[in-house]
Amino acid sequence: MSVMKRLSLIFKSKANNALDKMEDPRETLDYSYQRQLELLQKVRRGVADVATSRKRVELQINQIEAQSRKLEEQGRKALGVGREDLAREALTRRGGLQTQIADLRVQHDNLQAEEEKLTTASQRLQAKVDSFRTRKETIKATYTAAEAQTRINEAFSGISEEMGDVGLAIQRAEDKTASMQARAGAIDELLASGALDDYSGQRGDDIQAELDRMGGGHDVELEIARMKAELGQGSTPKSAIEQGPAQQQPQPNQQPQSNQTQQLRQPGEGL
Amino acid sequence: MIVRIMGEGQIEIGPNDLEVLNALDTDLEAAIETGDEETFRVRLHDLLDKVRHVGKALPDDSLESSELILPPADASMDEVRAMLGDEGLIPG
Repeated sequence: MSVMKRLSLIFKSKANNALDKMEDPRETLDYSYQRQLELLQKVRRGVADVATSRKRVELQINQIEAQSRKLEEQGRKALGVGREDLAREALTRRGGLQTQIADLRVQHDNLQAEEEKLTTASQRLQAKVDSFRTRKETIKATYTAAEAQTRINEAFSGISEEMGDVGLAIQRAEDKTASMQARAGAIDELLASGALDDYSGQRGDDIQAELDRMGGGHDVELEIARMKAELGQGSTPKSAIEQGPAQQQPQPNQQPQSNQTQQLRQPGEGL
Repeated sequence: MIVRIMGEGQIEIGPNDLEVLNALDTDLEAAIETGDEETFRVRLHDLLDKVRHVGKALPDDSLESSELILPPADASMDEVRAMLGDEGLIPG
């Protein structure tokens, strides 16, 4: 059976089941109206939940951007005191944070789109519920069983369809938000601990990690050259095209990570 | 005839446009049966675009019941399959 037909039948059978439970059409109207009001409450809560998640992601973006700026400043300072190895480390970490920020922006846009959709659905449902209430009172006032049943069927089918539609929209938003919440919680923990070490999210893919490192390293070299130029320590950086294939830089002396981090940190603050 | 696009509201379409919608709906159904998400997405958008193009939106406070109901534009194939299952969409 076609998609259009089957979806319609689902709604119609649900509406009929609900109507069959009631003896008196006037009871059906009151029961239906109560359910609509409950759903409206649920929709409003759904919109509020999504808005909360969006604000949380915004806050995280701001926090990580602040960390990113701090690392850039530390890189500049390190270069100023002749510690190019520390500057390179700081800028590499900053690159990882930029990736996090880009991912969070995508999440933020998704949440915003979901929020707008739910807001529209909520307004539409509110208009339908208001309309239903007016019609319900009219039907009850002029009640005769045979006539009322027909009119109730029409009104009830219309509103139950809308309820199902909005109910699905909420469910979809909740599903999307749940996975984002889990990720947001993880980022919160990393921010709180001052860690955020595994930027790549690609553990186990050595080739990709190496490619990322080489690409990231190239950006770091450009940053280093740019900073050196600012500090009057070297020539202005060439563009990627002018430079040709990226030169593999000799690795700085391997020091324990904790030592490098110690020197980058200001007293009393995490990275 | 009144068609609901889930998440968007209701649209009224004339009887003359039904034939082309049915053809698009058949294509959509075939895509679901083959399990090809990409083809499904294209077919679903074709169908919804056509409905929006030929139809006229109903006001928000109308209480008409729809003769046809279509999934939302961003529905996945799995979601549509779930909608077509026995449980349907509306709890209870």
